[in-house]
Amino acid sequence: MASYAERLELVWHEGTGLSAWAGTVDHKRIGLRYLYTGFVFFVLAGLEASLLRVQLAAPGLEVLSPQTYNELFSMHGVTMMFLVATPILSGFGNYFVPLMIGARDMAFPRLNAFGYWVFLAAGVFLNSAFLVGQAPDDGWFNYLPLASEQFTPTLAIDFYALGLIFIGISTTAGAINFIVTILKLRAPGMTLNRIPIFVWGELAFALTVVFALPVLTVANVFLELERKFGFHFYDADGGGDPVLWQHLFWFFGHPEVYLIVLPALGLVSSIIPTFSRRPMVGYTYIVLAELFIFVISFGVWVHHMFAVGLPTIALGIISAASFMVVIPSGTQIFAWLATMVSGRLVLSTAMHFVLGFLVLFVIGGLSGAMFSAVTFDQATTDSYFVVAHFHYVLAGGAMFPMFAGLYYWGPKMLGRLLDERLGKISFWLMFVGFNLTFFPMHIAGLLGQPRRTYTYASGLGWDLHNLLSTIGVFVLGAGILVTFWNWFWSRAHGEPAGEDPWSGDTLEWTTTSPPPEYNFATIPTVRSREPAWDQPKLQGGAQPPEDGGRPLTDGHTTLATTLADAEPQAIVHMPHASPWPLFLTLALMLAFYGVLLSSWMVAAVGAVSSAGTLMGWLWPRGETQET
Amino acid sequence: VRRRARVGEALATIRRCGGLSVVIVFVFAACSAESPSVLSPEGESAQRIDRLWWLMLWISLAVLAVVLGLMVAAIVRRGRRDVEVDRTTPSWGDPFIVIAGVAVPALILIAVFVVSLRDLDSITEQRDATLTIDIIGHVWWWEVRYPGEAVTANEIHIPTGETVRFRLTSDDVIHSFWVPELAPKIDMIDGRTNVLDVRTDVPGTYRGQCAEFCGLQHANMAFHVIAEPRDEFDAWLQNEAEPADSDTETASGLDVFLSSTCIGCHTIRGTEATGTLGPDLTHLGSRLRLAAGTIPNSREDLARWIEDPQSIKPGNVMPPTELSAADLDALLDYLETLD
Repeated sequence: MASYAERLELVWHEGTGLSAWAGTVDHKRIGLRYLYTGFVFFVLAGLEASLLRVQLAAPGLEVLSPQTYNELFSMHGVTMMFLVATPILSGFGNYFVPLMIGARDMAFPRLNAFGYWVFLAAGVFLNSAFLVGQAPDDGWFNYLPLASEQFTPTLAIDFYALGLIFIGISTTAGAINFIVTILKLRAPGMTLNRIPIFVWGELAFALTVVFALPVLTVANVFLELERKFGFHFYDADGGGDPVLWQHLFWFFGHPEVYLIVLPALGLVSSIIPTFSRRPMVGYTYIVLAELFIFVISFGVWVHHMFAVGLPTIALGIISAASFMVVIPSGTQIFAWLATMVSGRLVLSTAMHFVLGFLVLFVIGGLSGAMFSAVTFDQATTDSYFVVAHFHYVLAGGAMFPMFAGLYYWGPKMLGRLLDERLGKISFWLMFVGFNLTFFPMHIAGLLGQPRRTYTYASGLGWDLHNLLSTIGVFVLGAGILVTFWNWFWSRAHGEPAGEDPWSGDTLEWTTTSPPPEYNFATIPTVRSREPAWDQPKLQGGAQPPEDGGRPLTDGHTTLATTLADAEPQAIVHMPHASPWPLFLTLALMLAFYGVLLSSWMVAAVGAVSSAGTLMGWLWPRGETQET
Repeated sequence: VRRRARVGEALATIRRCGGLSVVIVFVFAACSAESPSVLSPEGESAQRIDRLWWLMLWISLAVLAVVLGLMVAAIVRRGRRDVEVDRTTPSWGDPFIVIAGVAVPALILIAVFVVSLRDLDSITEQRDATLTIDIIGHVWWWEVRYPGEAVTANEIHIPTGETVRFRLTSDDVIHSFWVPELAPKIDMIDGRTNVLDVRTDVPGTYRGQCAEFCGLQHANMAFHVIAEPRDEFDAWLQNEAEPADSDTETASGLDVFLSSTCIGCHTIRGTEATGTLGPDLTHLGSRLRLAAGTIPNSREDLARWIEDPQSIKPGNVMPPTELSAADLDALLDYLETLD
């Protein structure tokens, strides 16, 4: 077997130095970059939230000016949604989807690299607004006419609109890559009903992106046309309609919420069987539930607009659809419970985070179901009750699984075990801090406190709840820092993880930790939904050829299989490292800054150099055959 | 005896919250008298919403209890990492998921949906309103127009025991009209007019606040609804419709008003001041608070507001007014007579 590994090493090694660093197309390096960059933005958005909470610790404080407060809550939302949740879950997907389906890389490795660079560039673009003191200040929902040239004449909204268009390029590229990778690069034998649930989650996520994101892009293009050239899409005086923005935004925005949760739920579904010591009970139900959520997520956008004054019949229909969404979430929860109850739970740190997630997600789901009732929504929407609800669903529903993912997959990525004791300390701090922060918000909201206010009057019964929330943020933050410390300490000093520290069920546990650049010395043939449990010969990532392993050492290749049955179909030549994705990103960034500043010469230079770098990227070089 | 009265009061409070369990009421200690709470409803539609909330809360707690119970069961019978993997499928697994994870939730949700739809129907049903009031949102205050001459700001008087119709729109960005104790909220959008019917039988002062983010001073855009018996309301409305008194004693204050920048934005009916950018001040003296609920309507606060409104509500439309001490006194004297 060693000979396969040696030959593959020659073919797949990207080298070291600047050109390898700037040009890497290795999905594992890119996945880690997504994770590290995502967590940097996570810290930034967390600091923003802490400042907001300090300002709200007591009534009438003047820690932040109203303008700063508005910028910080807007950027907190934008950052958490676009620069934290989506990229971090894409990072896990980038790293683990190819490993879990037995491929050597993503289907389009250079597009993958491009996706990361654009994410980074768009993140820098959006946050550079702080440097010129014109950060987006109209919320992540950015309603018109407040966001129009008339009411927000600064560059703030241009940063917002162009930044989101920019990051949309990254998310779309990533989503298409996931779809093709999952449908075409699965190991032979990994039929549709053997795909790991995390991979299904990433597929549902990617499909949602492809259908939802164009709507946001269109909405923002309209907005820029209106702001820069005086079009009238949203301007009531010019025959437009500000409510159009709300329809477009939420037609994207609600699926966006689900597309954050879908891979997180998939992650949970991957961890539960391993630590329950039995296969997932109700696999089919979970997969169908995830796909059902993807479909129904496009039918509920108006429940963000129940107070707009739309016709009652429309409210009723959307209300029904919103109630329906609860069912697939419930299905998954009871499938997880069935698996855990019928198995033998191992209370690792990762499982702590999963159990914590379950509690928070159920609470958030229940309060979410309440919003499906139109009249209750009309009473509580835009109050702190909503803030409580969506933090339970999104921070509880996505952040806790992310941390579970760090503890579950960290050993695979680092090659070393994370400290379990520190992990549990981190979990308890986060769990207690989280509830202390967000639970009182339910009550403050019911007591009539509206959200997005930089201050509040005393004597309205809100003081205690706000103070508790502010204290909670710091407990939560301390818990998060413990995990970060744990990660970097264990990276240097942790115990070697070995291939399979948890005796997991999926393919990533059959190769070394961290995996080699080519992932598997032989591309495995899969005969079960839990191959790592059922096929001992997969060990070492080198299934012997007589057992079905395919070395594919002739060239930089991986195997394509048929869509449903995963029959071997073709050998795919994979591209090598390339700096072009980075160049294209820089050219695009120039163009976006040009449009931002309305300096059309700069924009034109950016556009032309984008076209040029794209040609450089695609120029045929006859490099497909190598040994 | 006094203690018993206090206990009785506490029980009444708990009953007012509509709950049976003291624990739950404690957690949602929502009846502090001063809060504009969704859970202390005094309006007809707010009461419906309150009942729906308690129904949904009890169901939610039951669901949460089931989930937590199963989690505890799983934790109690936990194993160790080296436990052999169990490759069998529990025979009860699929039926359990279908029943607990699909069928039961579907039945509960359908039931709640039907109840909520009935509520929606009842709340949006067009009734015969005895009074229609136009509310126009501005950054960051509320213009209130009654049929006839009466125009006021940030304070809405309504008669009890009658259905009052609000016609709501905005002059600029989107605002949202929310009086938690009386009714659900509804947005105010330029170019559209939304309608909200409100009815309460309980006289009182109900705090409302803008619920749609509307920019810099969204936090300081409150108002009060004052519900009072019909005769008191009629008296108030009649007074409100009249022009300002021309009192010779405070005529010098009026002169200050008319010769300063005030006149550019404010109307005082019965005088030459007809500005429309800011609130109508014809009966300013009778209002509870200033600057859309931000500060009390006292002489000192009014003086602070006139001299330096930007330190009280940064970014609001009103510029500072520089006046000599004598002029300011005269102006305050005059404004205080406007009731």
